[in-house]
Amino acid sequence: MIWGLDDVRVRRGRNVALAGVTVPVDPSRITVVVGGDGAGKSSCLEVLVGLLEADSGIVHRPAKERIGYVPATAGLYADLTVQENLDFSAAAYRLSGRERSQKADQIVERTGLAGARHRLGGQLSGGMQRKLAVGLALLHSPELLVLDEPTTGVDPVSRADLWRLISATAVDGAAVVVTTTYVNEAARAACVVLLEAGKVLAAGAPEDILHGVPGAIGIAHGADRPTPLSWRRGASWRVWAPAGRLPDGARPVPPDFEDAVIVAALAGEPGR
Amino acid sequence: MRAMIVKEFRELRRDRRTMAMMILLPVILLVVFGYAANFKVHDIPTVVVGPGARQAASLLPAPTFRVTEVDPAAGEPAAQARLRDGQAVVAVVTGGGSPLVLLDGTQLFSVQTAESALAKMAPAAGSSAVRTRILYNPALATSWVMVPGLAGLILVFIGTLITSLGVVRERQSGTLEQLAVMPFRAWEVIAGKIAPYLMVAVVDLVLIIVIGMTVFGVPFVGNVAVFALGAAMFLLVTLGMGILVSTVSQNQGQAIQLAFMIVLPQVLLSGLIFPVSAMAAGVQWISYLLPLTYFIEISRGVMLKAMPISALWEPLGLLALLAVVVLGLAIIRFRRDLAPSSRPARARARAQEPAAA
Repeated sequence: MIWGLDDVRVRRGRNVALAGVTVPVDPSRITVVVGGDGAGKSSCLEVLVGLLEADSGIVHRPAKERIGYVPATAGLYADLTVQENLDFSAAAYRLSGRERSQKADQIVERTGLAGARHRLGGQLSGGMQRKLAVGLALLHSPELLVLDEPTTGVDPVSRADLWRLISATAVDGAAVVVTTTYVNEAARAACVVLLEAGKVLAAGAPEDILHGVPGAIGIAHGADRPTPLSWRRGASWRVWAPAGRLPDGARPVPPDFEDAVIVAALAGEPGR
Repeated sequence: MRAMIVKEFRELRRDRRTMAMMILLPVILLVVFGYAANFKVHDIPTVVVGPGARQAASLLPAPTFRVTEVDPAAGEPAAQARLRDGQAVVAVVTGGGSPLVLLDGTQLFSVQTAESALAKMAPAAGSSAVRTRILYNPALATSWVMVPGLAGLILVFIGTLITSLGVVRERQSGTLEQLAVMPFRAWEVIAGKIAPYLMVAVVDLVLIIVIGMTVFGVPFVGNVAVFALGAAMFLLVTLGMGILVSTVSQNQGQAIQLAFMIVLPQVLLSGLIFPVSAMAAGVQWISYLLPLTYFIEISRGVMLKAMPISALWEPLGLLALLAVVVLGLAIIRFRRDLAPSSRPARARARAQEPAAA
């Protein structure tokens, strides 16, 4: 692990926000931290960038000037234009005049904001705001790019644009860590960390997590829940049989990543 | 409707700051300002000089006049110096005919009380026995006294309210988190944040003084540099208060509430409207904790009386002390918000930030 968290514990008041969480983040790779609301995703990133203090464990991070961070909130100045936002970020990271204008041009091209340079940040659509926020974090070519739910609430086209931008950043050599609530986005990562209530349920390459699903997964139809370890997928049920014996009427299917995440969550429930 | 009322009470119960403002604040305001709201001045500091000083001092009725100095060897210049330097509001000069009573016109209510007391004394002492002369504000113009004070009040508004709103807006929009991750030092963020407000406040101050001089005819007879020094220190205190307010406010509404609780006492207890000397002793102590009290002393002293810096060392020194304390506290709290990971790590947590990686 070059950057990331190693067995980090964080308490927030009486609650445990992170209970020994390890998140590896390596150059040229995308790490995706997946979890529901309150799982501890944002806490992971806040510890990683230094906004939150860890109670124990080791945090590996580069110096501030080599980190790009987009918080879950907008991450841009609504009262400044796109160009003024770029100017501020460039000045903050002490980019020189020529480098500044070159990078700014690159960013507006890559984010598709070339035509919106003189629009106020607050007047951009949600998707454009997130693209600008990611663009601002990329302006100084960081070694570590940290994005907190960059695609939440964004339309599918903008989500695809954002992922293109994120992937290109990793291809250029940066270490990227992204949090998301969308399970399908995790499949794009080199490394996935599944979080639930501050604990890691599963971690590794998506295919490893997929192959590591214990027991069998089946598909069943009907109005009633076939077993307590079943969940809705569209009009049918998915059934998990930890011991590999599916109930009558359930047809075995190969698990996909969404199944793997749910199984990990069910397996991590108290009493299991 | 019942559901609405219950919902509203539940919300209110959880908003402790608003509850405190609604219940505690009126009680505090009533008690404190009840003791502060007093135009009737007693204990007017008085010096008596000249050959007949002892006899004249014995004739002055207490407790209206509080004789602080009797100096038979001194003359009118010494008496004027005491008034200018704020050591006395009334100076009685004896010798060479009927006594001359000098009054400090910047202390409106004290002068009115003194004139009334002298008028009552006159029949006993012989009506032609006393001559009076009002210095620094001969017409006892209210605007002459108010403009230097209002300048300070406007700076409190800008410094405390506008600054706190500016910082809280950053927190609310989530950009404060981003600033914390950018390669800024905490002092750079604070300085960068308050510098524009400082500049606007300076422009405002100049504007107020110029309008006061041109429209209301308020004189500026003192040293501009001394005034500027006092204003600069006062501004640092108010900007520090603004940052302090922002560090304990999660949103702009809370910041406005807190700033209001800081600004209101300064309006009523700083001597802007009611003379500090007329307030109850306990309330006077609150006045001495307020920066506007000292700025008013400096601005009125310099603008109307040409007080030298040597006579203003006390308010200047106290403003400097307040600036260090308030700004220091503000910076410590703001730093904590900005860079929690820079605090000493607890347990065995550690962050590894290679110099070159």
